[in-house]
Amino acid sequence: MLRLDNIVKNFGGTRAVNNVSISIPNGQMVGIIGRSGAGKSTLLRLINRLLDPCEGQIEFENSKITALKGRSLLQWRARCAMIFQQFNLVGRLNVLTNVLLGRLAYHRTLPTLIKHFSKTEKAMAIHALERLDMASTAFQRADTLSGGQQQRVAIGRALMQDPKMILADEPIASLDPHNARKVMEALRCLNQENGITVLCNLHHLESARMYCDRVIGMFKGSIAFDGTPADLTPAKVCDIYGSDEHDEELEEAFGSTFNLDVSSLDREKSFAAA
Amino acid sequence: MSEAFVHFIQAEQALRSSRRLQTTLFTMLFFGALIGAVIVGEVRIDTFIEGLPSFFNYISATLPEIHSSTFLTDIKEWYWGLGRWLWMLLDTITIAFLATIIGSISAFILCFPASHNLMRNPFIYHIARRSMEIFRAVPEIVYALIFVFSFGLGPFPGVLAIAIHSTGSLGKLFSEVNENIDHQPLEGIRASGGNWFQVIRYGVIPQVLPNILSYTLLRFEINIRAASVVGFVGAGGIGQELMFVIRQFIYVDISAIVLLIMIMVTIIDMTCEKLRHYAIGKEALF
Repeated sequence: MLRLDNIVKNFGGTRAVNNVSISIPNGQMVGIIGRSGAGKSTLLRLINRLLDPCEGQIEFENSKITALKGRSLLQWRARCAMIFQQFNLVGRLNVLTNVLLGRLAYHRTLPTLIKHFSKTEKAMAIHALERLDMASTAFQRADTLSGGQQQRVAIGRALMQDPKMILADEPIASLDPHNARKVMEALRCLNQENGITVLCNLHHLESARMYCDRVIGMFKGSIAFDGTPADLTPAKVCDIYGSDEHDEELEEAFGSTFNLDVSSLDREKSFAAA
Repeated sequence: MSEAFVHFIQAEQALRSSRRLQTTLFTMLFFGALIGAVIVGEVRIDTFIEGLPSFFNYISATLPEIHSSTFLTDIKEWYWGLGRWLWMLLDTITIAFLATIIGSISAFILCFPASHNLMRNPFIYHIARRSMEIFRAVPEIVYALIFVFSFGLGPFPGVLAIAIHSTGSLGKLFSEVNENIDHQPLEGIRASGGNWFQVIRYGVIPQVLPNILSYTLLRFEINIRAASVVGFVGAGGIGQELMFVIRQFIYVDISAIVLLIMIMVTIIDMTCEKLRHYAIGKEALF
């Protein structure tokens, strides 16, 4: 169980995350939706402790994550792996090394500096790549791969971290629909087969509905919605995305198949106005 | 004409006139500085023209007499000390080589704490930065002079002097390379639990290594020239011999040695240039 308790994060004068309290049971797949700048990325970075909260507590299995320091902090980061929109692989290293980098936190510093990883770990890496259908690229440089392939390598790195939780920050925002589906399916598969909790920032409502057990909507740093995809009525969506008419971001969030919904939403609004 | 267009024209004119003012100001400043420098530096055309003949006299006095009938014997006589001088050249190359290796290794160690994007602790950052500044602020020849006094004549003080100066110069260049890298890979490693050293090793070094190699080779070229000069104060190599023959007015030897140095520098410059292009072109390998 992951528990966030009144988390606040300010950047200078602006409040990015405002009093967020949620608890997420193990094994859930949660989609976090909201406008750009709603605080979704900041929230994930706070959980991984790439950022420190200004106020509030984060707890995982009754241990205080916000109090971690030094080596135990690094190990926490390993246990809640992150996936990024831009993949964040090391382009000049080959795929296998990139995946092995997921083991860094489990070693003393010195052996890792000379690329010393055990045979078991190499086998783990190959197994992870095979599972993601990427084993044939093991010795290619990471920056020669397509975006979708790079994201799958990044998931492989995350797997090597032996994670309890995967935090995915817009994992499919720079991918074409085909690759986006493959990446989301890979995340869903890890969630269901390995029981890994997945928190996933998503731009498209459609993907959240399709893959997630639970949807959290953020608006200006606060939680605006928390429920199942079925609870997500057009009116609730309006709360999350604000209610400007003919809003591009709103329409984009719905995606092409939801255009019908948007137009009905518009009609609703015009009724309300009348 | 629409109102927007009129506004545009007015704004453009205002921009231009402010530019013109700036350009005039900077031109005046530049020429002021130039004239000041000429006066302070006592640069005088008449002195230059008067002195020109004695410059050529000195050059021609150092040149050997070579006749076509006795060409080979003349060359042999000119380069009577070739074997000795080649050993001294080798000394010079060794000094430059060792100094470059020591200098680049210490610069490599210092450059990461001296990059503001990698070092969050301002205390360590400033110590690394300032020490590199001190290392490169003093010319090699001054360090060499001091070290010859403390460690005696020979190549060792030369190596030390050039190594220290290289540490400062290379360290600055290396840390500038570090500051221009892509940060996404670093975030990826940090997020998976990598510590500072691991972030440097896997996030930074693969990105900067080709540039670091290229700068080190460039520094080797510069150090070859520096190593020829530190001998003037007794810090080993061919410079020591050159200083001796200049002081003793052994004219013909001066030209022989200077020509040797020129050939060596040219060969090494050309080789290093080839290697540098190779290092940059082969970025893919690192």
